[in-house]
Amino acid sequence: MSSVFTLLLKRETRLLFRRPAELANPLVFFAIVIALFPLAVGPESQLLQTISPGLVWVAALLAVLLSLDGLFRSDFEDGSLEQWVVSPHPLALLVLAKVLAHWAFSGLALVLLAPLLGLMLGLPLGAMPVLLLSLLLGTPILSLLGAVGAALTVGLKRGGLLLALLILPLYIPVLILGSGALQAALQGLPAIGHLLWLASLTALAVTLTPFAIAAGLKISVGE
Amino acid sequence: MSTPFLEAVALACERDWRLLFDKLDLRLESGEMLQISGPNGSGKTSLLRLLSGLMQPTAGQVLLKGQPLEAQRSELARNLVWIGHAAGIKGLLTAEENLTWLCALHQPASREAIWQALAAVGLRGFEDVPCHTLSAGQQRRVGLARLYLSAPPLWILDEPFTALDKHGVAQLERHLANHCEQGGLVVLTTHHSLLEKPAGYRELDLGQRAA
Repeated sequence: MSSVFTLLLKRETRLLFRRPAELANPLVFFAIVIALFPLAVGPESQLLQTISPGLVWVAALLAVLLSLDGLFRSDFEDGSLEQWVVSPHPLALLVLAKVLAHWAFSGLALVLLAPLLGLMLGLPLGAMPVLLLSLLLGTPILSLLGAVGAALTVGLKRGGLLLALLILPLYIPVLILGSGALQAALQGLPAIGHLLWLASLTALAVTLTPFAIAAGLKISVGE
Repeated sequence: MSTPFLEAVALACERDWRLLFDKLDLRLESGEMLQISGPNGSGKTSLLRLLSGLMQPTAGQVLLKGQPLEAQRSELARNLVWIGHAAGIKGLLTAEENLTWLCALHQPASREAIWQALAAVGLRGFEDVPCHTLSAGQQRRVGLARLYLSAPPLWILDEPFTALDKHGVAQLERHLANHCEQGGLVVLTTHHSLLEKPAGYRELDLGQRAA
């Protein structure tokens, strides 16, 4: 059972690397949105620093959302999902591997890119660990929750907008906690409370959403 | 009477408020081949998807060895090869990678077995070619190569002959008939009339049922 999990991880990684444009899309989007702000609001570092927590988090959230629309699309169209459903392995396990692979090359890559962009926004070095930790804990939730929406809308011709409408309200707690942690760090307050809340949400998302994703996919495949 | 391998009881299927068929009863024993025919839109694919548990019937139920399908998903999964319209082939992966993964989902196969299966469907030399560069017929052959590996008894195939050349069609027909004669069970849809029919061949015309 676990061998199928690692095999699927390898397969998804291989697929992502053979389509590098799709891999780079969310990262480029993330970088460009953040790079545009100093140009638009002016290079005044005090102002940029004040708005940076919200800015980084909104950009990360939209970047993840952008990459999610196609998450199950190709698997749906080429019949892979049908094969997953009729296989003896639990569908929840398979989708967890799929989303994990997707997160590693979108969410995790965003986390690695974030310090650079944080510097552009004039974030003090002291706030970097909190920025990294909050994104590291928050982006898996974004990917997993988004996958629930992607699973439900995969059968629709143009599900992109519907996906945003379905999922963005669910992202609000993550947004509040993530940017709240960073804000607290900027003001010299302890951010641990926010981070612990984010961590518990991550644990909740990893354990529960695979079942919701699997149920959504079964509905989409059964239509 | 013994319990049949696969049985449909008073099956009904509705798509978009249109009744495709109802009160459909089927009994399938090992060694049989059932060809489902009928005009486009008569519910052939839907019937296959009901039998393989991908779709829920509007009414009635499907029984596997006398038990409802829903209660024994893993039993069904162990016994079934389902090849739909789209066979789950990724264009970006090579023929070998595709086949290895499709087998791993059910029962992992060795590299030699994979290569032999690909050779059996006439794809020797194409093992490490990305599937999007293959022709439609060759891609279909990659999917069908699963049938040449140690395959479970129940095969449900949706239009398996699409895009195959004459030789490929004849070879597949022979292979399907062989499988039935060795105690397997094949349910398929196709528009052409089979030349090689096993002893347990039957045809179900969904168009005539409706008329």
